[in-house]
Amino acid sequence: MFVLIVGIGRVGSSVARTMLQEGHTVSCLDEDPESHARLEIGLDTSWEDLGGRYTVGTALEIEALEEAGIAEAEAFVASTNGDNTNLVVAQIAKRRFEVPTVIARILDPYRAQWYESQGVHTICPTRVAIEMLIGEVREAAGPAPGG
Amino acid sequence: MGMYVIIAGAGKVGWNLARELLDKGHEVTLIENNRGRYATVEQELEHNIQYGDASELWVLERAGISRADMVIAVTGDDEDNVLICQVATEKYLCERTIARVNNPRNRQWFDLLGVRPVVSATDLILRLIEHEVPEYGLVHLLDLPEERLEIIEMLLPADSKANGMRVGDLEMPEGSLLISVLREGRGFVPGPDTVLEAGDEILAVLDPTVEEDLTSYFAPDGTSVDGT
Repeated sequence: MFVLIVGIGRVGSSVARTMLQEGHTVSCLDEDPESHARLEIGLDTSWEDLGGRYTVGTALEIEALEEAGIAEAEAFVASTNGDNTNLVVAQIAKRRFEVPTVIARILDPYRAQWYESQGVHTICPTRVAIEMLIGEVREAAGPAPGG
Repeated sequence: MGMYVIIAGAGKVGWNLARELLDKGHEVTLIENNRGRYATVEQELEHNIQYGDASELWVLERAGISRADMVIAVTGDDEDNVLICQVATEKYLCERTIARVNNPRNRQWFDLLGVRPVVSATDLILRLIEHEVPEYGLVHLLDLPEERLEIIEMLLPADSKANGMRVGDLEMPEGSLLISVLREGRGFVPGPDTVLEAGDEILAVLDPTVEEDLTSYFAPDGTSVDGT
């Protein structure tokens, strides 16, 4: 499968590395050329030698998206550090380029939930953290007093 | 009648807009997420400004978006402007939005997400340049894409085949109408017997889809006036 990942921070770079190691074609796009180094964490070969693709450019630039291969992408991951950038670029991937699988990482739970209901598939790490924390605190607290 | 207007972004545009709308008797809430900027503007606008990120839904809700007549997004970030307007329209069913486009190349994404109308200072200045430099040939005076109508101004080139022709004899494309001629700094409404001259500027109202046909009709050798 051809996977295009926009935003190569902690999340994007880890997803990229794992997908490549599992034998998929992986193309990465980030506006900061320094992000390339993250892709090679824990690797003894360069990203390109392993077959990975890497493009420098901003997510809303159509030329950058095209250079990164969005037209052939079968899966698209928006994982920049901006919720709004992720929501816009995910909708571009879906509506303009008709990428079959589009996933956006959204930190704000409320926005993530609403866009999910509108057909933009979102993953909200904040929501996951909230649920885990509540679960652990509940467990430590034991039964509610008087309950 | 007074409207309730929410403005996202208290930069120069947002602040001045809020001031003008308040002067005209409208109710305004400005939303700004830079703490320092918020403090500055709050000195003047007091309760008419709220601190927060206008792309967060609860901030819009606190500002009373469900009763807003209009939402105007004029932050410095195109992503924020497009999403604020998208959410205002699709989630809160606000009937009127206006979005600022900072980078004209992002205009296509506003269209893609159904956000209109949009305002771009860069585009406005480009339009002014077109208007001030008639060598560009064609100036859009008014664009109403949804109504499929536009008004253009065109300079008749020296070798246009329309020079010396009676307006009544022109074979302009269907869906276009000559509405005015500017000659030596004076404008008039032409009649069928008006004879066009090189150097005339003509104003036409037309369906945007026939723009190319119209410009090639007035251009020499059937090419369009700007040479493309």
